[in-house]
Amino acid sequence: MQFLQQLVNGITIGAFYALVALGYTMVYGVLKLINFAHGDLFMWGAYLGLTGLTVALAALGYTTPWAILPVVIFVMTSVALMGVLVERIAYRPLRSAGRLAPVISALGVAFILESLARNVYGASWKTYPQGLTPSGGLVLAGGVRVSLMQIIVLVASFLLMAGLYLFVHRTRVGTAMRAVSLDHDVSRLMGVDVDRIIMIVFLIGPGLGGVAGLIVALYYGSFDFTLGWIFGLKAFIAAILGGIGNIPGAMLGGMLLGIIETLGAGYMSPQWKDVIAYIILILILIFRPTGLLGERVAEKL
Amino acid sequence: MALLEIENLHTYYGYVHALKGINLTVEEGEIVTLIGANGAGKTTTLRTISGLIRPREGRIVFDGQEIQGMPAHKIVQMGICHAPEGRQIFSTLTVMENLNMGAYTLGGDKETIEENRRRVFDLFPRLEERKNQLGGTLSGGEQQMLTIGRALMSRPRLLMLDEPSLGLAPLLVKTIFEIIKEINQRGVTILLVEQNARAALKIAHRGYVLETGRVVLSGPAQELLQDERVRKAYLGER
Repeated sequence: MQFLQQLVNGITIGAFYALVALGYTMVYGVLKLINFAHGDLFMWGAYLGLTGLTVALAALGYTTPWAILPVVIFVMTSVALMGVLVERIAYRPLRSAGRLAPVISALGVAFILESLARNVYGASWKTYPQGLTPSGGLVLAGGVRVSLMQIIVLVASFLLMAGLYLFVHRTRVGTAMRAVSLDHDVSRLMGVDVDRIIMIVFLIGPGLGGVAGLIVALYYGSFDFTLGWIFGLKAFIAAILGGIGNIPGAMLGGMLLGIIETLGAGYMSPQWKDVIAYIILILILIFRPTGLLGERVAEKL
Repeated sequence: MALLEIENLHTYYGYVHALKGINLTVEEGEIVTLIGANGAGKTTTLRTISGLIRPREGRIVFDGQEIQGMPAHKIVQMGICHAPEGRQIFSTLTVMENLNMGAYTLGGDKETIEENRRRVFDLFPRLEERKNQLGGTLSGGEQQMLTIGRALMSRPRLLMLDEPSLGLAPLLVKTIFEIIKEINQRGVTILLVEQNARAALKIAHRGYVLETGRVVLSGPAQELLQDERVRKAYLGER
């Protein structure tokens, strides 16, 4: 029973990791760049969510969960625009500068975004307004409890991921995205405006990440400016675990990491969950450097 | 007026002066071939025309319009399609998705795309049999067919083929060249880069011989086939 309970909790956390991991993996796909700023964009989702909710509730004059809906849209668009801005300013000028320079630039952006959040919102823990998230839930057979909030989180994450998957695999622009991640020049020869596709990736990845920040903050209730770094690094591990550059891989990697971490914390002690997460990362790097779903099809000679 | 006119084209890779003043023309309906050794500038010429590299100097006029310096995706829209060398298909996309990428500039025009796909499948029935397979799982010959078929999906007026025979078995080379001829007979102008000079000159109307970034010889393909220098340098005769 305890196992099932931990599994439910693990899947919830895994869904967060998966949503954030998608941003890492999509950017890596098209630019072969680890966008270290992604975790902090995610964190900005939490902060902008706080601002948005405060404003929305003040305007309404009373507390209702429906206030979350316009805030979701506000957070998604603003973090998406931040993502596009980061790409324009910090990555595009370095497009032909090799692999290292953009990564350093990404680290720089990460620190800037983090300091900015601390300076704007302060270093103290922030708490979301009370009474926004539904309480209550279900008790399944064997006494396993699933809260209504967990169900909402899982349904929302699933819908976002399914939508992304369909977009990438069923639409013209999605196919172009996969083509660009294989070869920029050949994609250009097909008539694809590669810069535009990269921009779309920087809209979708941070957009999803921002919403994930909002959902995480709603779920836990409070956070501070280190959220991006800690959570972002975990999501990055999840992306590597699933095979970076691979979208279903990021979803799988996120879920697995969430489950393993939670089981480890439950059966050993919560202090050990980061140790477990990073041991997993090292083991993957040693035994399966391409990740679980990475690069299964042979490339051309 | 020629479909494609190139005047005094200079292209650099960093400090390397790769094209040193190329002049060439392609008339509507022709097959024109560029032959020459490795490093002569054949691929660079195609990459400059298709907009992957910007020339430092010179003019490229396609259908009366200057296109040098335009981004590659705009040049495709004008009706030039470049099938790159080395069978650069999208290996983790299916054959169908590869073809759809070739029709990217047509947007959502499903009818035209379907019609173009029909023509490609007519030329390469093999691709239809394998349409749901991943590109990377095709044989070398099939990948070359996909490279050409994909380039035809946008129904270009000028098709530029880079080394379509590279690494293929002799029998397949023959098939590919027959298909190139057929594509031309269906009304597509072709600029063909080849190391297999004999095969290329046999199907071409005219040819240019490139050496270290310059055109050293040009003329009707039949004359080049008979030319002493060409026979010695490129046709392996002594």
